[in-house]
Amino acid sequence: MTATTSTVAAGKAKRRAAKPKASLAAKRENRTGWAFMAPFGLLFAFVFILPIIWAVYNSFFRQVTEGGGAYGGGELVNKFVGLENFQYVITSGQFWTGVGHVLIYTVIQVPIMIIAALALAMVVDSFVVKHITGFRLGYFLPYAIPGVVASIIWVYLYNGQISPIVKGLAALGINVDFFADNVVLASMANITTWTFTGYNMLIFLAALQAIPHDLYEAARIDGANGWQIAMKIKLPNVRSAALLAMLLSIVGTIQLFNEPQVMQISDPGISKAYTPMMMAMNTSQGTITPSGDGPASAIAIVMALIAGVLAMAYALIERKVNEQ
Amino acid sequence: MSSATMSAKQAERARKKAERQLEKRREAAKNDLPRSMQPSLLVKIITIVVLCAALIYFLFPIYWAIIASTKTPSQMTGSNGLWFAVGLDQLPDAIATNYSKLLGWTRGQFWRWVFNSLVYSGVSAFVGTIVAVMAGYATAKFNFRGKNVAIGIIMGCMLMPAALLTIPQYSIFHSLHLTNTMLSIIIPCCVSPFGFFLGRVYAQTSVPDELLEAARIDGAGEARIFFTIVLRLLAPAMVTIFLFLFVATWNNFLLPLMMVSSDSLKPVTLGLYGMVSLATFNDRGALMMGALLGVLPVIVLFLGLQRYWQAGLAAGAVKG
Repeated sequence: MTATTSTVAAGKAKRRAAKPKASLAAKRENRTGWAFMAPFGLLFAFVFILPIIWAVYNSFFRQVTEGGGAYGGGELVNKFVGLENFQYVITSGQFWTGVGHVLIYTVIQVPIMIIAALALAMVVDSFVVKHITGFRLGYFLPYAIPGVVASIIWVYLYNGQISPIVKGLAALGINVDFFADNVVLASMANITTWTFTGYNMLIFLAALQAIPHDLYEAARIDGANGWQIAMKIKLPNVRSAALLAMLLSIVGTIQLFNEPQVMQISDPGISKAYTPMMMAMNTSQGTITPSGDGPASAIAIVMALIAGVLAMAYALIERKVNEQ
Repeated sequence: MSSATMSAKQAERARKKAERQLEKRREAAKNDLPRSMQPSLLVKIITIVVLCAALIYFLFPIYWAIIASTKTPSQMTGSNGLWFAVGLDQLPDAIATNYSKLLGWTRGQFWRWVFNSLVYSGVSAFVGTIVAVMAGYATAKFNFRGKNVAIGIIMGCMLMPAALLTIPQYSIFHSLHLTNTMLSIIIPCCVSPFGFFLGRVYAQTSVPDELLEAARIDGAGEARIFFTIVLRLLAPAMVTIFLFLFVATWNNFLLPLMMVSSDSLKPVTLGLYGMVSLATFNDRGALMMGALLGVLPVIVLFLGLQRYWQAGLAAGAVKG
């Protein structure tokens, strides 16, 4: 008993004695840590934090001309308008039409792409075919094509005059208009799927290859066949990868811009506010009224909130489903 | 004494040999499954058909673009879309024609645009990689005040739709009179929360604390430790981060579209977009040639460094 107390006391004394020295070391560590952190921190503050603050601040203002005649000539003045910009966004029909497009995309294109990527990864990882490098590379290659270029190529492949796909289908008696009002969103979704399926497949492949092979051997000894191994071992083990891929895809979809912007060139039916990102861009560039930083910022903020809610809802649902 | 060391050496050698053999056998076993696991012929055929169908889907547009890049506008509509319109012996001429038309449509700026893209992607990927690795190392190996808050904010921004930030970024750069400069593309592209995340994961797993301690005891300063030891250990990770940043910058379209207006500053994506959106534009073959030449650098990086892609994605997938 006395021995323990004395060791505790000794320990305390030691710690007390060591304290000034330790805090000096801690101070130095603190300084070094921040020194390494600083370059990224400063850039991050300038590129991420400041714009967020800027957008929030600006969303309470609107740019109006004051003192000019009917043909302008006045000065652009920032006028405080309170929540008017948000009110405009929330009551704007074209904003919600854009959100609708993005939501349809999220609900249909993202799951199709993720499931296709997962299925391809499973097949590539299944040992049924031995030489898979070529396949893997071929699937991943579209990711190297910039979204704009991919969109241009596909727009041509949708074009009835030059596309061998449209001509071939027509020869079979199937006439498709890839730019028809109710088809154009699917045509767009196809471009995104084409670009990103291979990328997501690699995420899954990496997760699959991290599964220890002992598990397969154990399952095999227990008499499981290939299908059962895929469903009972592989699938549960790629859950966190699937969550990440889904979240990143949902966030990517929210920013849908390149595909509609390019398709707009050959399809005037795609409006300047086809997606919220296009609407924000055109508002900021002055081709949609009310224009300027204020309304554009408000669109961006509302969209970011919707993205956050969607991502959170998905994460929660995923957890609920997996608990059962 | 000497015979004892000899025998120890021999034993060591024998052990290594056995290990190598075991490794070889394991390797072979991986490819050669036991009969119970051998797939049936039907499964095999179905699998191969599925894999090939997918491959056709992913490669067909690229194949078509290659064919189309040799055609004149009238051949584009008139000839078979799946094959060259001219004989193989006339192909070099057709390519030369479209190449000169491409330079004509781009007012001779085409290679300038490719060069710009290389500068934007190269510089921002280089700077971005260094700062991301430094910050990742800082949060993995040091305790500093506010560390967890910083990590939380950066990771939160990984799920932020970053394109939405382009609008306030544009107006900030505009008020600093920095729009329509190279910096207006390079600075925003330098910062990648995903790069930070990768840097942190790699620093946690591949920089041993003991090594840092040993270097400190030897009297090396923190900066020297970082630049001579840590960077070397993190080199593979840096290649991965560099690749991600490079491709992200190369493929970015919205940012240059908003920031840059003069022809001589455009990256190749924006240049090609400007070319298609011209009202008088009709030479799709020449455009396809530009599209292919414009993605060539990225494709080369892809094929040359593909193992680094998977390494990076593995870190994201397993840890994330």
